[in-house]
Amino acid sequence: MTDEARIAELEKQFDDYVEADNKAEPKDWMPEKYRKTLIRQISQHAHSEIIGMQPEGNWLTRAPSLKRKAILLAKVQDEAGHGLYLYSAAETLGRSRDQLEDDLHQGKAKYSSIFNYPTLTWADVGAIGWLVDSAAILNQIPLCRCSYGPYARAMIRICKEESFHQRQGYEIMLVLNRGTDAQKQMAQDALNRWWWPSVQMFGPPDEASPNSSHTMKWRIKRFSNDELRQRFIDQAVPQADVLGLKIPDPDLKWNDDRQAYDFGAPDWDEFFAVVKGKGPMNKARLDHKVRVWDDGGWAREAAMAHAEKESARRASQKSAA
Amino acid sequence: MTAKEWPLYEVFIRSGQGLAHRHVGSLHAADATMALENARDVYTRRNEGLSIWVVPSKDVTASAPEEKGEMFTPADDKIYRHPTFYNLPDDVKGL
Ligand SMILES: [Fe+2]
Ligand SMILES: [Fe+2]
Repeated sequence: MTDEARIAELEKQFDDYVEADNKAEPKDWMPEKYRKTLIRQISQHAHSEIIGMQPEGNWLTRAPSLKRKAILLAKVQDEAGHGLYLYSAAETLGRSRDQLEDDLHQGKAKYSSIFNYPTLTWADVGAIGWLVDSAAILNQIPLCRCSYGPYARAMIRICKEESFHQRQGYEIMLVLNRGTDAQKQMAQDALNRWWWPSVQMFGPPDEASPNSSHTMKWRIKRFSNDELRQRFIDQAVPQADVLGLKIPDPDLKWNDDRQAYDFGAPDWDEFFAVVKGKGPMNKARLDHKVRVWDDGGWAREAAMAHAEKESARRASQKSAA
Repeated sequence: MTAKEWPLYEVFIRSGQGLAHRHVGSLHAADATMALENARDVYTRRNEGLSIWVVPSKDVTASAPEEKGEMFTPADDKIYRHPTFYNLPDDVKGL
């Protein structure tokens, strides 16, 4: 058998194996394209968690009370943890942490484009927890059953932690809406600005989403972008009603036949422009990430030097004894 | 990029009294002490642990997936190791 035929046979075996809902583990043979697709997706997901700390981190020192500050700090800290779980999963596929970081810093790797919008008021922290974390949860729940074991296990941990993120955000919106007119206005304004970027978090419409069929077949993805988007909207509309806020979509209407909401088309030109780097905060987000990494370089080196010295000292004590 | 990447540690947590340690993930740290502190900070933020082990990933020896056959099939034909292999009358008690 030729090498090509042998690989084709292994690929077929692999496809059948994961299609039957079995898990692939780090040392198992896997198609190169499966490996590459996962490295790209998991690292992009990890980068989103890490870059996503910036818009909320912006309000840590200005949270309106000690309670809100403690909550926000805990949430942002969770997102750092999510980044770590995901980097760990990506590393099992053979790309080192430094390489993954470097891909981001060089602008070769992407992250969720929603984080390229600024957080202008405290209500934005509420809108992010409510909408952005809700969208993230809808994306992440099916990933708990993803065919790659380490990714699925990381997602299970992450999903357990996300629920409080969503609830604290919604509660912020609720409190603002029980407040003064200015506070209500602030909440509405935050919803107006975060609504469409949140709807776009599920990615382009299905007909413009070329990678999907492979990832579906490999059980990396289980629902299409449009299916998840519909779920998000059907869930968010009654939540906005409870808040007494108006979703900024004139085409939003309950469709009795579909038992779902019809909704307007997001501005996809804007979406692709932001993906390509033209959002209001793309440069600031990446510059900050690179600066923090560079500024911390001396600390990483010092810690390593200290660890090496300590282990040498212990070794010489042992041989002297 | 840093000159040298911190080594990778595998993290194991014992989540309850009487349970075994279980693998939860990994992290990079300069040494074992830092690995333990960082594992505490990320993997036990919600009282998930009573005890943590960290092990340098390079010291883990793993069986090879492609040797799964030779490694584990010898157990397949020893069904007499399972209690269900033995046919006993239903009315015998205590077995
Ligand atoms: Fe997260
Ligand atoms: Fe979150």
